[in-house]
Amino acid sequence: MLFEQVLFFVAAAGAIAGALGVVMIQNPFYSVLALVGHLVALALLFLLLRAEFLAAAQLVVYAGAVMVLYVFVVAYIGGADEPLSPEGGAIARLGPLFALALLLELTIAVGGSELAALESAPGTAAPGFGSPAQIGALLLSKFLIPFEAASFLLLVAAVGAVVLARRRRGLEEAGAEGATQVAREVREPAEPATVAGASGEAR
Amino acid sequence: MSPGWFVALSAVIFCIGVGGVLMRRNPLVVLLCLELMLNGGNLALISFARMHGTGDGQIFALIVMVVAACEVVVGLGLIVAMYRRRLAIDVDSMSELRG
Repeated sequence: MLFEQVLFFVAAAGAIAGALGVVMIQNPFYSVLALVGHLVALALLFLLLRAEFLAAAQLVVYAGAVMVLYVFVVAYIGGADEPLSPEGGAIARLGPLFALALLLELTIAVGGSELAALESAPGTAAPGFGSPAQIGALLLSKFLIPFEAASFLLLVAAVGAVVLARRRRGLEEAGAEGATQVAREVREPAEPATVAGASGEAR
Repeated sequence: MSPGWFVALSAVIFCIGVGGVLMRRNPLVVLLCLELMLNGGNLALISFARMHGTGDGQIFALIVMVVAACEVVVGLGLIVAMYRRRLAIDVDSMSELRG
């Protein structure tokens, strides 16, 4: 029991430190690495909650595959450092205040809910609770429709990503003469370099 | 450990994510902060699943992970498309939907 508590506080400190690192670190590359640390700490918490399959999925799918995707994109577009508190509008300045207010509200909501089970330690879990066998049986019996919907959603997202990130024919030529295009945009300051402007060039 | 601790931790993680989404301007980091928010929700779901002793909350968390993966794929595709068109990688300068 004591071991469990120590593990919880170590993992919770790691998760909060990772989350703060994601928000505070200016270089996006290190933000991604901080998120990996956060996900590993969270997987530890999942294990404490007897969710073995989800902890493994978190490590393999999230910290493994999804984060590799992030690292690829950060390396592709070049992680430019951005100033943390820029001249951004009122939203950027009031952001932390809003987050604190939300935390306060959540605390009041959960604390005031008077859920007795929140305070009491849960009993021993049933054998096989959270195991791949139980998750699989639930997915294929009680939650078959969400399971199928999730697979369809993944298919749609994969097709959508290919459509979004593919090379357009007009832009490829523009890429070959990128320097001249940039020069042209500099010479014509009347036309702003917005999405509409870029698509007009492509056409 | 009582589930209250886990729920409180998930609230903290969610709020850190909210603050990041509001503060940061790099769309990549905004996506990372969205991941933080989804993970906070996942932690709450799993702790409630443990509280009730049924696997339903864990299935819910699994579906949330699937949705998060889809969101990442589409969001990163958008960022790569923005980069290809030489637009500024900055959410503040993206003010219109026209492609």
